[in-house]
Amino acid sequence: MTTVIKTLLIANRGEIARRIIRTCQANGIRTVAVFSDPDTAAPHVREADFAVNLPGAAPAETYLRADLLVEAAVKAGADAVHPGYGFLSENADFARKVQAAGLTWVGPEPDSIEAMGSKVAAKKRMAAAGVPTLPELDPETVTEFPVLIKASAGGGGRGMRIVREHEEFADALASARREAESAFGDPTVFCEPLLEHARHVEVQILADAHGTVWALGERECSIQRRHQKIVEESPSPAVTDDVRKRLFAAATAAAESIGYVGAGTVEFMLKGEDFHFLEVNTRLQVEHPVTELVYGVDLVDWQLRIAEGARLPREAPEPRGHAIEVRLYAEDPDHDWRPASGTLHRFHVPGDVRLDSGVEDGSVVSVHYDPMLAKVIAYAPTRAGAARKLATALENARIHGLVTNRALLVDILQNDAFLNGDTHTGFLAEHDFTRTVDPQPFALAAALAQAAGRRIGNLPLGWRNVRSQQPKAKFLFGDSEIEVEYDPKQATSGVITLDLDGVRTPFHVATYGDLVEVDSPRGSVSLRVVPRFPEPETKLAPGATVAPMPGTVVRVSVGQGDRVEAGAELLVLEAMKMEHRVLATSAGTVTELLVEQSQQVNVGDVLAVVEES
Amino acid sequence: MGNREALLAKIAQLDAEHAKALAGGGPKYVERHHRRGKLLARERVELLIDEDSPFLELSPLAAWGTDFPVGASVVTGIGRIEGVECVIVANDPTVRGGASNPYTLKKSLRANDIALQNRLPLVSLVESGGADLPTQSEIFIPGGRAFRDLTRLSAAGIPTITAVFGNATAGGAYVPGMSDYVIMIKERSKVFLGGPPLVKMATGEDSDDESLGGATMHGATSGLADFVAEDETDAIRLARRVVARLNWRKQGPEPHAAEEPLFDADSILDIVSEDQRVPFDPRDIIARLVDGSKFDEFKPLYGNSLVTGWARIHGYPVGILANARGVLFSEESQKATQFIQLANQSDTPLVFLQNTTGYMVGAQYEQGGIVKHGSMMINAVSNSRVPHLTITMGASYGAGNYGMCGRAYDPRFLFTWPNAKSAVMGPAQLAGVLSIVGRQAAMAKGQEYNEEHDAAMRKMVEAQIEEQSLAPFLSGKLYDDGVIDPRDTRTVLALCLSAVHSGPIKGADGFGVFRM
Repeated sequence: MTTVIKTLLIANRGEIARRIIRTCQANGIRTVAVFSDPDTAAPHVREADFAVNLPGAAPAETYLRADLLVEAAVKAGADAVHPGYGFLSENADFARKVQAAGLTWVGPEPDSIEAMGSKVAAKKRMAAAGVPTLPELDPETVTEFPVLIKASAGGGGRGMRIVREHEEFADALASARREAESAFGDPTVFCEPLLEHARHVEVQILADAHGTVWALGERECSIQRRHQKIVEESPSPAVTDDVRKRLFAAATAAAESIGYVGAGTVEFMLKGEDFHFLEVNTRLQVEHPVTELVYGVDLVDWQLRIAEGARLPREAPEPRGHAIEVRLYAEDPDHDWRPASGTLHRFHVPGDVRLDSGVEDGSVVSVHYDPMLAKVIAYAPTRAGAARKLATALENARIHGLVTNRALLVDILQNDAFLNGDTHTGFLAEHDFTRTVDPQPFALAAALAQAAGRRIGNLPLGWRNVRSQQPKAKFLFGDSEIEVEYDPKQATSGVITLDLDGVRTPFHVATYGDLVEVDSPRGSVSLRVVPRFPEPETKLAPGATVAPMPGTVVRVSVGQGDRVEAGAELLVLEAMKMEHRVLATSAGTVTELLVEQSQQVNVGDVLAVVEES
Repeated sequence: MGNREALLAKIAQLDAEHAKALAGGGPKYVERHHRRGKLLARERVELLIDEDSPFLELSPLAAWGTDFPVGASVVTGIGRIEGVECVIVANDPTVRGGASNPYTLKKSLRANDIALQNRLPLVSLVESGGADLPTQSEIFIPGGRAFRDLTRLSAAGIPTITAVFGNATAGGAYVPGMSDYVIMIKERSKVFLGGPPLVKMATGEDSDDESLGGATMHGATSGLADFVAEDETDAIRLARRVVARLNWRKQGPEPHAAEEPLFDADSILDIVSEDQRVPFDPRDIIARLVDGSKFDEFKPLYGNSLVTGWARIHGYPVGILANARGVLFSEESQKATQFIQLANQSDTPLVFLQNTTGYMVGAQYEQGGIVKHGSMMINAVSNSRVPHLTITMGASYGAGNYGMCGRAYDPRFLFTWPNAKSAVMGPAQLAGVLSIVGRQAAMAKGQEYNEEHDAAMRKMVEAQIEEQSLAPFLSGKLYDDGVIDPRDTRTVLALCLSAVHSGPIKGADGFGVFRM
């Protein structure tokens, strides 16, 4: 059966929505974007031919609403739906709803999705098809440690536990079940022997409805944080020709055993020459671009053509060269991967790299969705060449306004073990990537750039006939205040070039309100301008909470020494017959509690001090 | 020594003298002041003005060569606050408690004059122990002008703002009293006519500083303080907010991003003759002062010992008069008179570059009317109403000092180069004149003239006149507004021109009777 897709609804957002739009535009397919309220101004909305609003912000109200998505597709005149990855991409019910509405589902048949949805069932099925799997341990009788507990319905590391000692097992099992229940509505867990120092290797499958299955090379995605991949590449430096042959055979067998159609990925754990099946992802993977670059194919295009009923040529194309992808996240690797949200003032990645981004200058990164800003992918004839190109592109990137994992990614790409191909899923834990940057030259450049902006006509900056002191500027670098002395004569607009120990080094300074972003080949540093005149009220002890109005303390809700979250109620005041809750402005410890119940307080009185932690 | 080395040595001496002013009351008092959590006078000024903006300090060598410390325990200057050029006066409390001596008074009154003439708001950062009592006779009566100036500024529509950092007592209390806006600092400012001991003596009343003149009292009870600051920094912040809200409009333009001169200012050092008897061509200096080195010379073929012409400095149009070969003859005087009249016709400020040994003497010149012609020039300078800016580049002797707008002719600003000299005549000439007069007197009495005596007298007079004609001495007496590095002349002129454009620029409608 052959169909022609004329208008495609993309049931997704961010970079993958833009990625799919690109292929559609190249092929004359009209696109329909969907967007939640916070995504109103997102680039994917503007780039699509049509766009339908999904009211609300939370995924459950918007991108996870199968009914609204199908309705949008019908309303906008779409004849097909591409789910992207994440959200409803592996939801068989959604696929069925799309088909029931008479639309083409760009993905495998709902039965295939369902078959691979349960990890326990999928694993059994693969073992039966002759795909190597790890022995499944009965949670009740497990004796060999370490083991890994996994949620059957799971993903993204939730419901997953590593247990090294028998004594810990019962507790870990119970908590994994609880987490699986709450995350996926299914408490089923299973156990496998834990493979340490193993690699995550996966095979890209492309299968048509006519029996042709391509194994389009492997990807290694061992470098992960919290079970989330951040560096992916193809081919894997650890896969020999022999292993590759066996991997491809296993992946092809896996696909064939379930009559798989479309693009999919079979994931394995590889240790030495041995590999074991992990799971099948019945969708386009985040890291698909590395395969595209090495094989010279457009996987989205093939997904659409296969959905239209097209045949794959008998022989898969041959791979050439090496591709590496990094995921650029708005998150702080030095602070427990804390995600960042806010305005991305500037986003520019130069160089000969592929950039799949969901953001642009001025984008607002909200708290509602994954904080991935973009994928940057480099291709070169050799692995080392690709790594070098990618590292330099990242270093030269301008990413202003949000904390990102950029420096970590650069460090990984320049790490000797990485360059030797010595990677495994414990890579980040094994190597210390805590970076120490000397912010002083960056602060000096920032001070000089600020000064340059203050020139009157072309009078010399900061001119004195009698000089009593050198000009100084103060900035916040993280939590620490740094002061620099500068010579305004050195101030130039545009690039500030500093002589660092005899090496002329350019610094590019961009200012957004009190935020100063300084980029140089030595790295990038964010600074905050310390105001010259602090507002007098900020001279209160940090964390001091003062009475907003005169009143009586009717309730004290915390005790000295308590830990509180930002927004927690500290106490309640009654004034003018109204109760006013006094809340903690930041998370921390209550170090001082200066009032008690029924005490009368005046406006401005310090009530409590919460020391930030 | 070459020209460059000679001038660099003089600049180094100047820096050393400025360093004395910067040292204030010395390390001990500076340290004590800081320990009390207080800022130095110049630290207050630096925080008050806009970041990276220029500050033209005035009279930094005041009291040089006197018994009083260099700088006269007060800092004055022109700086920008929230984009508004203001005259700033800050007492230096590390020098004898910021007490005023006769030079402090002269320097402060000069700052007031600059504020009034150029229509610049006046910001005073007050912390003074009052008058230096041993010299009260030289301060008390003329000092009354300080308060009169404040209220006259206000009457002229020029805002006066005072922040009190410490004591402003007795007479000092009238500084805030006469100001448009007053800021005081909690637990720091003290403003009263009489302190507790005086009150006790006068009325028997027991009192304390805070109830007599504390900031909180003045803010909440007497109403003398308009703003009560938390600390010094907060007081400076408030002063900036006051200026920001003045709604002040400068009457002329701001400096333009004009073309720089084609020649580096540094090469001025090679041009200025080490030996004052060797003239230098002022066109070489002008080419290093004016925009794009563009100078349209007026009457280049006539009276060419004086160069006149039009140019711009940081965008401001100016007429320039510069001595070329020291002496002024009748032609030069007539040329200058015409040029000054033309500048007044077109409301163009004038810049005088002095390097003159005076008007020509001798029978031929007297008969040619040099007195008449010199008088014409002095008449024109005296009655010209466009702003005058004077730079003493070298010699400034005799009536040449007057004709080229010396201090007595009220230029808006007058700055001196460190190599400059000014006196009624050169030291050797003056000693020689005394010698001739003495010899004639002796001869008239029929006495023997003592040649040994004469030589000693000449030597002594020469040394004394030499010392009293040097730049620091003249600056110490407030006969200029400061001694500057010649390489800074373009910037200094630009800042002065910007300051004079704060007020209106209007030429004279008439002059005195010119003797023809």
